[in-house]
Amino acid sequence: MPILRDVDLAVMEGESVGLFGANGAGKTTLLRLIATLARPSAGTGSVFGTDLASPDRFVVRPRIGYIGHTPGWYPELTLRENLGFVANSMGIERGRVTASLESVGLGGAIDRRADRCSHGMKRRAEFARILMTEPGLLLLDEPHSALDADAIDLVDDLVARTVRRGGAAILVSHDHARVEALVDRTHEISEGTLR
Amino acid sequence: MSVSFFGQARTVAKRDLLRERRSGEVVWVTLPFGAVALLLIPIAIGTDAPTLRAVGVGMFWVVVMLFGVLVSVRRTGADSQSQKDMVSLTGIDPAASFVGSAAASSLLLVVFEVILGVLTIALYDIRIVGWAWVPVILLLVATGLGLLGTLAGGIVATDRSAAALVPLIVAPMSVPLLIAATQSFEGLRLGHSILTWILMLVVVVLVLAIAGVLSARPLQETG
Repeated sequence: MPILRDVDLAVMEGESVGLFGANGAGKTTLLRLIATLARPSAGTGSVFGTDLASPDRFVVRPRIGYIGHTPGWYPELTLRENLGFVANSMGIERGRVTASLESVGLGGAIDRRADRCSHGMKRRAEFARILMTEPGLLLLDEPHSALDADAIDLVDDLVARTVRRGGAAILVSHDHARVEALVDRTHEISEGTLR
Repeated sequence: MSVSFFGQARTVAKRDLLRERRSGEVVWVTLPFGAVALLLIPIAIGTDAPTLRAVGVGMFWVVVMLFGVLVSVRRTGADSQSQKDMVSLTGIDPAASFVGSAAASSLLLVVFEVILGVLTIALYDIRIVGWAWVPVILLLVATGLGLLGTLAGGIVATDRSAAALVPLIVAPMSVPLLIAATQSFEGLRLGHSILTWILMLVVVVLVLAIAGVLSARPLQETG
């Protein structure tokens, strides 16, 4: 049985979209498909002009900023080392690692190992990664959950910055009021169908 | 700014070595187990010096193979989905990632071989001639095991149930490494030419490197 069906979604540059739906409705699967982290079993789709099922889809990945439920930091490495790995892999100047971490309020924890950071700090470090890489497409999966008020403002700021730069943002959330105030339009996913 | 293939591989290798330095999995867990295995064998087969001398080199390589592959498999196959996602989204070429991880594993395995080698010489009273070849053999075997373990780890990473297949993948490919490594040392001991065995090690390393590079992207996309 397909997780998603009858999904017809186009998101243009400078646009932000909110996706709502119950648990298990297929929201995360849709985000992972758009992020090219999962491959569609049927249908067609493209991101930055590259087919979602193409073997070359990895070339567009550096232009995608995806934040899932669980931060993917290496526990043995410090926040600086984790972000440094991303920066080195993408050819980003190392100086931006520190600047990004400081700008999300992690200036005092730059050299703290990820396994000694709270979940909220790891989430903030994810926001620093997005600030550092400046993706053209921002995909956020329940970005406001388990965050304090300052960090929630950071999420909103990330979305606004991305859209201002001419990028696009898609947010999956249960928080209707907050997301509706933040994005241009919203959709509901129910049992794998987008409305 | 784009990063070259080898620049990406170097970044991955540096990350893996840093993680190992912090976790100490090879130094504090695997290496002591390997040393214990080398200590237990004389207890099991007796302490007759000529017998120990005869089996010492073979035992050393068996321990290096078994524990060495385990090192590489564990390092490659243990990453979480979110860690794999993060790496994917950096746009690192999966082949560069394979090369970097295999290089880091190989470097760790050289250290592993040297420490266990010293222990084997002490415990089994091994006398090696032709020392100039020893670093070459150790490096080639470590590279082969690093590549093999990283390849097997990549397969495990696609599906946890694939872990059961690891011995089936590792066993046939480690046999030529084991034979060539053991025969090289035997050749050195007897003063024979070991070029055939060195060539065999080189061929196995090349085959594993090509297989790993070619399969890296499909494996990442499946995982």
